[in-house]
Amino acid sequence: MNNKKLRWLALPYLTWMVLFTIIPLALIVVFAFTTRDGNFTFDNIQHAAKYLPVLVKSVWLAALATVISLVIAYPLAYIMSNMRLNYQNTMMTLVMLPMWMSFLLRTYAWMSILETNSGLLNSFLGLFNLGPVHIMNTQAAVVLGMVYNYIPYMILPLYTIMVKIDRRLIEAAQDLGCNTYHVFRKVIIPLSFPGITSGVTMTFVPAVSTFVISQMLGGAKNYLIGDLIDQNFVSGGYNPHYGSAISLLLMVVVFICMGIFNQFDNEEMEETLK
Amino acid sequence: MENSVIVKLEDIVVVYDDEMVLKKINLDIKDKEFITLLGPSGCGKTTTLRIIGGFAKPTSGNVFFDGKLINDIPPYKRHVNTVFQKYALFPHLNVFENIAFGLKLKKTPEKEIRNRVHEMLELVNLEGYASRNVDLLSGGQQQRVAIARALINKPRMLLLDEPLGALDLQLRKEMQIELKKIQQQTGITFIYVTHDQEEALSMSDRVVVMNGGVINQIGSPEDIYNEPENAFVAKFIGESNIIDGIMHEDYLVEFAGQKFVCVDKGFAKMEPIEVVIRPEDIRITEPGDDTIDGTVENVVFKGVHFEISVASYGKTWLIHSTQYTAPGTFVGLTFTPNDIHIMHKSNTKNVMKSLVDEGEENEQ
Amino acid sequence: MKKFFSGCYVALVLLFMYLPIFVLIAFSFNEGRGRVWSGFSFKWYGELFQDKAILGALGNTLIIAFIASLFATILGTAAAIGIHNMRKNTRSLVKNVNSLPLISPEIVMGISLMILFSSLHITRGFFTMIIAHITFCVPAVVLSVLPKLGQINRHIYEAALDLGCNEVQAFFKVILPEIMPGVISGFLMALTYSIDDFVISYFTSGPSSQTLPLIIYTITKKPMTPKLNALSTLMFVVVLVILFVSNMNGDGASCKKSKKKAKKA
Repeated sequence: MNNKKLRWLALPYLTWMVLFTIIPLALIVVFAFTTRDGNFTFDNIQHAAKYLPVLVKSVWLAALATVISLVIAYPLAYIMSNMRLNYQNTMMTLVMLPMWMSFLLRTYAWMSILETNSGLLNSFLGLFNLGPVHIMNTQAAVVLGMVYNYIPYMILPLYTIMVKIDRRLIEAAQDLGCNTYHVFRKVIIPLSFPGITSGVTMTFVPAVSTFVISQMLGGAKNYLIGDLIDQNFVSGGYNPHYGSAISLLLMVVVFICMGIFNQFDNEEMEETLK
Repeated sequence: MENSVIVKLEDIVVVYDDEMVLKKINLDIKDKEFITLLGPSGCGKTTTLRIIGGFAKPTSGNVFFDGKLINDIPPYKRHVNTVFQKYALFPHLNVFENIAFGLKLKKTPEKEIRNRVHEMLELVNLEGYASRNVDLLSGGQQQRVAIARALINKPRMLLLDEPLGALDLQLRKEMQIELKKIQQQTGITFIYVTHDQEEALSMSDRVVVMNGGVINQIGSPEDIYNEPENAFVAKFIGESNIIDGIMHEDYLVEFAGQKFVCVDKGFAKMEPIEVVIRPEDIRITEPGDDTIDGTVENVVFKGVHFEISVASYGKTWLIHSTQYTAPGTFVGLTFTPNDIHIMHKSNTKNVMKSLVDEGEENEQ
Repeated sequence: MKKFFSGCYVALVLLFMYLPIFVLIAFSFNEGRGRVWSGFSFKWYGELFQDKAILGALGNTLIIAFIASLFATILGTAAAIGIHNMRKNTRSLVKNVNSLPLISPEIVMGISLMILFSSLHITRGFFTMIIAHITFCVPAVVLSVLPKLGQINRHIYEAALDLGCNEVQAFFKVILPEIMPGVISGFLMALTYSIDDFVISYFTSGPSSQTLPLIIYTITKKPMTPKLNALSTLMFVVVLVILFVSNMNGDGASCKKSKKKAKKA
């Protein structure tokens, strides 16, 4: 089916994407650098820069959650990829099932588990005369919420890439004298790198920009960059100029983080392949 | 058997992405003939077929069908059907539905469709396969379905694009015979594209040898084999010895340091030419005055014959013989005037290059 | 031994993933309001079905999801065919544009659309929600149809033309059936994205277009109500049933295929 005429079928879609993706994103840049009257200004950016500590905190918590997710998900994905085929399918369903439930409801459930006074965790610990522990409304609770919500996005790409690794490569490595550690270091990890990259992206990006998890589990002290954006658009009135400046900052940070990560990714790759 | 011309290609030029794929092709295809376009990958044979089928448009030049210009007629309005490379069967339809596809489009009555599909299944030896899923058929069976699907529309002409390329050797031989039989039974013109010279020679009424977007030679398989027009054709069709020489006058040629009587004429006096001698036309005898003398270098048994290389004054000759000659023997080589084929030198440029490219697959 | 440890590990991770869900379900049957078990009851399910806001939101969710997915599927399928036939460079450029909504933070997509709508003085509501949902669903459809197009034999379209189809017939009789699995899974993906979406809806909805996730968000800001537990239990059951049914179908189909294969052998 190589027909040049068929290319035009993409036209409505391209129009749509320009109207509702590219123009809106460009509008953020425009609003970030203009005043209410439409004049050029740096004030919005300066205003946004005051919230740098919040940005740093968001990146830190999201990075922490991403690393924890990776550490938990990697062995799981490896175990899954070695299971019998029908077990693999069941596991896939089990991993994906929670994603089909509203993440608001699932986060809400953690509220009832973690609450200091009447939460289930402390009631349980109370049976053994332990606790109470204060997790609710701390940074730990926010990280927990992030890990909990986004870990399927880490497991799935890792699993899909590991299933594709040819088992004969591992046998070949063993045949050539690799022990288990070396098999991992020299074969499995380098080959699963694309999975790690997409898993990290898919976990980090929503985590760093969340505002629901921090609102529900973090309390008033632990607001993140997402909450700031929310405040400038919905919950605290409509200030698109400040809001856009903060969003622009977020976008820049996300791109820088992903850039650094990809850099590291490439170097690590070369390193391992040496 | 003189038939009228059904398709006429006139000065066809095709340019793809600034590359000239066909350079002024002229070709007449006669009704009811089995004609093969033969050449290495990238020679333009598939493009020629697609021009006739209506899937590609010539950049310039004209295509006539029954004397009518059909340049702008879309494929579905041409009385031509195609058997595609790798068959292109519709995977969502079963064997019956695939074969009936064209008739259903024409709103043929249900009963007639059933009868004709069964006729076709019989023709291609697939009785009882009507309700099979095409994905579960073997390559050879898929091939037959593809042929039946095209023939049921009673086309004036069937185009076959490397139809046997995906089959193994044994099956390919069987299908060659069967295709020829089907063509004779139905009386439909077949245009067959292949890079396999043996296939071309054994099936065709006429062979069109193409190279680099140009037709090198058109002729019967015997002509193409025995009287190659240039070194490319000689090398592409079977093995041969090609030697530089000089045409002294009509019927007298000089090569390998000796003069030989030949059957060719019409060359300029003292024109530099090339001589082709097929390995099976050379006989090994005692060295003498009128033979080319040399030493046997190497002997390989090829099943039916021995392949013998003889070194003679810096030139290695290839000989096919049923008799064994030990390496190191000093021998003489002879041949009859009939076995000497003379070619103009100007036709032989780029031969080596296209023979090297031959290995690559997939042309546009 | 190794197997035992890996088994334990899998169990622990699954426990982490499912614990909150089981807690939600258990307390949906609690008589009282608090965290202490005070007896089994279906009371909250009854109240749930009397809550007009929740039922209305459920309706909105389904209507928006259906309309947006339908549009996104048509737009995305056509787009995939167009993209498939583009030159290599244009194709990779368009693919990059396609991935923009997928890699940008959702919140940024949400506010960018909000800015667009308010700059054009369009009141936020059903209309803006549907536009927003189509926007983030289309890329998913494109991504699920494109690989199917890559798989089909490139001569199949020509074969249809050869056998007498015009271009439109060739599309509906040959190409569409071939890519149908991709189209359907794209539609289902769009449906789940739309039903599940909170962040982008949050910035593009109006009072008239409250969907289930938006209502849930409002309720979680107020003191606890086990009505939410009842709702999540029901949603969990619905998802389970859907998965079970689709798995059964899938198994049935693969069974049929392998049977055919066996017959051939």
